[in-house]
Amino acid sequence: MTETETRNIGVQANATTSASDAAAMIGEIVSAVHADRSRLMDIVQAVQHRFGYLSDETIRAIATHLGIHPVEVEDMSSFYAFLNRELKGRFHIRLSKTPISMMKGAAAVAEALSAATGAAIGATSSDGEFTLDWTNDIGMADQEPAALINGAVVTALTPNDAAPIVAALRQQQSENRIPLFPGSGVPGTGLAKAQIAKSLVKSGPIIFGSEAAAADGLRAALIRSPEDVIQMMTKAKLRGRGGAGFPTGLKWNLCRQSISDAHHVVCNADEGEPGTFKDRVLLTEIPDIVFDGMTIAGYALGARQGLVYLRGEYAYLWDRLQAVLQERRRLRLLGEKVCDHDGFDFEIRIQLGAGAYVCGEESALLDSLEGKRGAPRDRPPFPTDRGYLQQPTAVDNVETLACVTRIMEKGPEWFAGYGTRESTGTKLLSVSGDCSRPGIYEVPFGITVNDFLDLAGATNAAIVQMSGPSGQCLAPKDFGRQIAFEDLSTGGSVMVFGPERDVLDIARQFAEFFVEESCGWCTPCRVGTTLLRKNLEKIIDGRGTLADIAAMTALANTVTRMSRCGLGQTAPNPILTTMRNFPEAYEARLRPEPFLPAINLHEALATAIDVQGREPVAEEKRV
Amino acid sequence: MSEDKFTFTVDGIEIEATAGQTIIQACDAAGIYIPRLCYHPELEPAGHCRVCTCKINGRPSSACTMPAAHGIVVESNTPDLNADRRVLIEMLFVEGNHFCPSCEKSGNCELQALGYLLGMAGPTLPYLWPQRELDATHPDIFIDRNRCVLCSRCIRASQMVDGKSVFGFERRGIHVRLNIDADHLDETTIAAVDKAVHVCPVGCIVVKRTGYRTPYGHRTYDEAPIGSDIKARRGRRK
Repeated sequence: MTETETRNIGVQANATTSASDAAAMIGEIVSAVHADRSRLMDIVQAVQHRFGYLSDETIRAIATHLGIHPVEVEDMSSFYAFLNRELKGRFHIRLSKTPISMMKGAAAVAEALSAATGAAIGATSSDGEFTLDWTNDIGMADQEPAALINGAVVTALTPNDAAPIVAALRQQQSENRIPLFPGSGVPGTGLAKAQIAKSLVKSGPIIFGSEAAAADGLRAALIRSPEDVIQMMTKAKLRGRGGAGFPTGLKWNLCRQSISDAHHVVCNADEGEPGTFKDRVLLTEIPDIVFDGMTIAGYALGARQGLVYLRGEYAYLWDRLQAVLQERRRLRLLGEKVCDHDGFDFEIRIQLGAGAYVCGEESALLDSLEGKRGAPRDRPPFPTDRGYLQQPTAVDNVETLACVTRIMEKGPEWFAGYGTRESTGTKLLSVSGDCSRPGIYEVPFGITVNDFLDLAGATNAAIVQMSGPSGQCLAPKDFGRQIAFEDLSTGGSVMVFGPERDVLDIARQFAEFFVEESCGWCTPCRVGTTLLRKNLEKIIDGRGTLADIAAMTALANTVTRMSRCGLGQTAPNPILTTMRNFPEAYEARLRPEPFLPAINLHEALATAIDVQGREPVAEEKRV
Repeated sequence: MSEDKFTFTVDGIEIEATAGQTIIQACDAAGIYIPRLCYHPELEPAGHCRVCTCKINGRPSSACTMPAAHGIVVESNTPDLNADRRVLIEMLFVEGNHFCPSCEKSGNCELQALGYLLGMAGPTLPYLWPQRELDATHPDIFIDRNRCVLCSRCIRASQMVDGKSVFGFERRGIHVRLNIDADHLDETTIAAVDKAVHVCPVGCIVVKRTGYRTPYGHRTYDEAPIGSDIKARRGRRK
């Protein structure tokens, strides 16, 4: 959204807004984005900002002003966790629910918040002041338990914090009723616990170690030809940092060679993998280096527009990032003739997401950017051919773009001097859980899990969840392996669990995570994630047999093979990798019978027993 | 062979394709049946059900969305793929509430027919027993969401063929439901002649007073297994 658009839609509705005023306000919001259907995400966020939620009336008004059907607006807006279809409390508290937050005491914090607000979890208090909800990982794994309050983040919570936070919120003026959306100034940032501790523990030689001034890398790129810039990425052997490791030079080449009126650069800042928070740190500490990387990519690809897809959980970064962009425009690092380079115009727009893990998948991200539900696309066509608005698009991770800038500053040979043959450079790892120094570490690729655990002060690790729930659950026998694309590939999440933690409970929480985050587009992921969770719960409840292990393995493999996108293909990983690496944990819960039914017969008959007022007669007692 | 024609193999059989065809289109034309559910020949593919998943040069992909290309090797009718397809069909059975004996679509139902074709004796997966809504407000059409398989055929047909957008999805994940462009069906612009009404593979969208015109036992898949029409094309070509 541009500054003008933000201003135009920044007016708040008050309680006396009439229906016709409301329709007019929505008309203004839609006009501010030129009634562009692809900007539906900005529109619904702005409407929610003004009216508190997306009522049926506001949805109809949006549809009318865009000239589309209400069912299309509902299709999109009902998809995202942060878009409300019903009125919520003046303050919406979303507590982060992850295995890490739970072991740091999030359940007790939730109870205390519930007592202090009078709102049950998942509900709104009777005075309409508070809504209390769980939400999936908010990128604060090193400072859990954490929560978002109307978009502002509070960290390191204890049950004792609940009463003072709630009291402070009650004092806040009513015009601070601002659920998520951009450009508002987030309330609640004055709260005592709204202090995000510095997460960077260890700088490395590349991303956080450079002494270069802002825009050095960009200027270095602009004196070369675009082809040269791409060549340097290839020479540096830079690979995507989101986890998949696709070669950046190859991606850019494919995109550049794809013939089109326009090309696009997209920065994937939808860092949703539980346990990851490196992109939050990059965008907080060195946003200019990331924007430089986007601008370099724009130059290399012949793009005039860059888009940052910022996850909704990071809305509190919005104002700061807009200020950085504004300063870049002033310094002519953005806009027409970037750095006085004739013929290179480049702008960056930030698109705020609204709570959907799947949007980190690049094709789902593109659909979300186009104002649709975040469902992945079938490939081909690949985004480098037909991406954003069906035009060639390079989608790159925040960290990858930071590396791009550093490569331009110091050269590909210097960059490739770190890491391994297949995995050059350094990797940002986000560490959390049972370790004494959680936070961000920049380490060269090739480091072993053991060496890394020593760095982070995880002396007693028994379970390491590498690369989040979509990655692998590792046992100590694997701690000698290397963190690199050729061995343990990772987007950067490292969750550490001590010997007292229950590996099956961790797997269950991750299975639940995939149930909540499946987009529902394809059968195997939509239905399979729920069936897998049920299957695992049966085993955890002590009703599982060897037959359930076989059934769960077969089901998990079908979901992996048949799912449409990376989410579904990796959703069974928490179960598959814990079964492989911690078989004893499963064996300990199994019953000796060859088979037990999925349902508990007595529970299933409970209603009938209640109605009849007697227990069923057991089979053998019948005459 | 003209310039835009090329060949590739499916289960070892060489078939001819035209540039722009998807694998399923080329196979349909050549008389090779790949099981499918959400795909409809008159609509853009959407890739929901994954039943048409084949191994293409060794990698699983949906045949309805994958463009045919020269020299590719497609595996379709293999025990492993058919086993996975059967699991997908079972998933759809347990996800909704499908009571074939009392359903007016029985015998004409593609889900049921695929169950038979793929050897589904009975679901081995636990039923989810969801609460789903019916809408019988329209004078000529009713919707029974118990039977919806979320294939989006009606959504696509209404949007692209009828130009009405009567249907859409709502919510996400296991909670996705078929939504309509009003509170009730009789408040929408839908009509019994619409394409959207006639593409439903199951008994979710039904035209009233037509359910039993053809008696059980004489319906499409009572006469011949699903895919027979496509396989017959191959017979004719030889």
